[in-house]
Amino acid sequence: MFSRTQTILIPVISVVLGLLIGAVVMLVSGYNPIEGYSALLRGSLGDSFYIGETIRQITPYIFAGLAVAFAFRTGLFNIGVEGQLLVGWIASVWVGLAFDLPKIIHLPMAVLAGAIAGALWAFIPGLLKAKLRVHEVIVTIMMNYIALHLVNYLVRYVISDQQNTTSRVPESASLKSPFFEALTEFSTMHYGIFLALAGAIIYYVILEKTSTGFELRSVGFNQNASQYAGMNVNRNIILSMVISGAFAGLGGAMEGLGTFGYAFIHGAFSGVGFDGIAVALLGGNVAIGVVLAAALFGILKQGALIMPLQSGVPTELVEIVIAIIIFFVASSYIIAYLLQRFKKGAQ
Amino acid sequence: MKKRKFGLALSMVLAAGTILGACGSDDNESSDGSSGGGDDAASNDFTVSMVTDTGGVDDKSFNQSAWEGLQAFGEEYDLEEGTNGYNYFQSNNDADYVTNFNTAARSEFDLVFGIGFLLTEAIGQVAAQQTDTNFAIVDDVAEGDNVASITFKEHEGSFLVGVVAGLTTESNKIGFIGGVESDLINKFAAGFQAGVEAVNPDAQIDIQFSGDFNNASRGQQMAAAMYGSGTDVIYHAAGGTGNGVFTEAKNLKQQDPDRQVWVIGVDRDQAEEGALTANGEEYNVTLTSMVKRVDIAVQDISKRAMDGDFPGGEVIEYGIEEGGISIAETQDNLTQEILDEVENYKQQILDGEIEVPSTR
Repeated sequence: MFSRTQTILIPVISVVLGLLIGAVVMLVSGYNPIEGYSALLRGSLGDSFYIGETIRQITPYIFAGLAVAFAFRTGLFNIGVEGQLLVGWIASVWVGLAFDLPKIIHLPMAVLAGAIAGALWAFIPGLLKAKLRVHEVIVTIMMNYIALHLVNYLVRYVISDQQNTTSRVPESASLKSPFFEALTEFSTMHYGIFLALAGAIIYYVILEKTSTGFELRSVGFNQNASQYAGMNVNRNIILSMVISGAFAGLGGAMEGLGTFGYAFIHGAFSGVGFDGIAVALLGGNVAIGVVLAAALFGILKQGALIMPLQSGVPTELVEIVIAIIIFFVASSYIIAYLLQRFKKGAQ
Repeated sequence: MKKRKFGLALSMVLAAGTILGACGSDDNESSDGSSGGGDDAASNDFTVSMVTDTGGVDDKSFNQSAWEGLQAFGEEYDLEEGTNGYNYFQSNNDADYVTNFNTAARSEFDLVFGIGFLLTEAIGQVAAQQTDTNFAIVDDVAEGDNVASITFKEHEGSFLVGVVAGLTTESNKIGFIGGVESDLINKFAAGFQAGVEAVNPDAQIDIQFSGDFNNASRGQQMAAAMYGSGTDVIYHAAGGTGNGVFTEAKNLKQQDPDRQVWVIGVDRDQAEEGALTANGEEYNVTLTSMVKRVDIAVQDISKRAMDGDFPGGEVIEYGIEEGGISIAETQDNLTQEILDEVENYKQQILDGEIEVPSTR
């Protein structure tokens, strides 16, 4: 397909083009793009508070991106990351509230509960795909809605006494970090970023360094060939969805135990899971790419919040930039073609 | 190749660490610097801002109403839009609330409104940290000496539109579509039910929740099911989901202009949402609206804060009496008889003869 340099160049060029076209949109609508982008940078990396918030924003993006990317490498399109994230969120908060244990047991247990819940939620579409060939896109989309309403029900009637939010998880199950809070002037940055980076390393190791990972990737390349080579395709499909769901569930646990420290009734989807699709796409479905793409998304989304205040540019502009970036990544053949033409021209 | 990749990753982590470390040493100074000038704001350079929930300031509902209130306040006292006057912070995601409150406090706004009960936790958290800034939460109660809680007696207004619905219905079947089931939305449902029962004890009321404030297609489906089973008046308290109710009602009216289909709007005067043209004639399916004057509340609290009378730690309730709750000014679809009856019940509520229930 693409050469090695191309796989790196295409996302980079897409980002640059996205930002450039964003600047043109700003110019056309009467804003100053330099002011706009510098406000965006100030609002995401300008001082310690915003850096803290940006890192907090990046954390669930990494997990969501890894979740989508993992399934994608096995040839599965997991649109259900949003739902898996929500059930992971509620499960981790629930375990956080239900038990009274020392932190060294309680916190890992709560985080793990999130992963398991996400994994179970993704197991269902995996099983349906493996056994009955039901397309995972349809099932995962449906499961998102089930997750949203189930979680809202649990928050209101099971975990809390008809409240809109649950109580806060106790210190023993919290990822909140007084150290980072002090360092970043009360930002909501928490320890989850280390888990997210560890998650990226685990992702890399599983996919690239183990025979299971080889099988998973092989199924992604060609199911028939894999089957002919003696691999159990169905088992790999389920496994891939389960691991993908576990990553998504961990992303939810980060929100539940770190960013918020509680679960609440969602009026609509959080959007993190859907952004994960874009993160994975931009990151080329490799660990380091996902981390970098998540960082870019975190910076853009966080910086967007302050843009209207400091430069008058509406936050929606960032959505436009992101959409353009994704457009170029998705139409990567155009860029690859142009690159080739450019090379030939030079010769 | 693999090794080089790992090396790259390692150096990235290190680089990130260095950047972070550098920031850590900075921030003590900057926080010292910023806390100096915050307090001594004279009343003429009063600044005020609001943080929206995920609906945004163009939600045709209470975020928009709050922003209109701030704009009116700014105009009245000659404030400019921006960091030195009045402004809003748009939240695109639930995780943005804390960031936005913090940014508002750090931009040294004297008063920061949080619009909607979704922001309660965030406002409580930030208010405890940013003690020099005053906060106000709309639609819920938050704790803290620097937080004012603004609530509305939605049940009173819902009672009045319930009276309208009870007198208007011909099929004696009335629907209620709520957003996410919560104490707040139950206040609407309870008041509405009581209002209908007061004037029309025979009417059946079907109370349903869409589970979502932002899903117009779900609202349309639910409305289609209700109208299909003979319901002729639907009261929605579902934000953006309610827009679907209007769509369905307008579709039905378009197909059969003689059919009786009504929607009762919420929060703002929603008459413009219900307007349509069928067979060259103009119709409007909006029967009336339960208007919640978030704008009046926002102006009122801003004024008090500017005059140094900020009601921190208090819960302020706006009802019919305070001018915070009423039925819409557009009354083209209401007969004089109904208006008289509404006026009659309104007076009874004001006189305390009727105690409208706020829970079901």
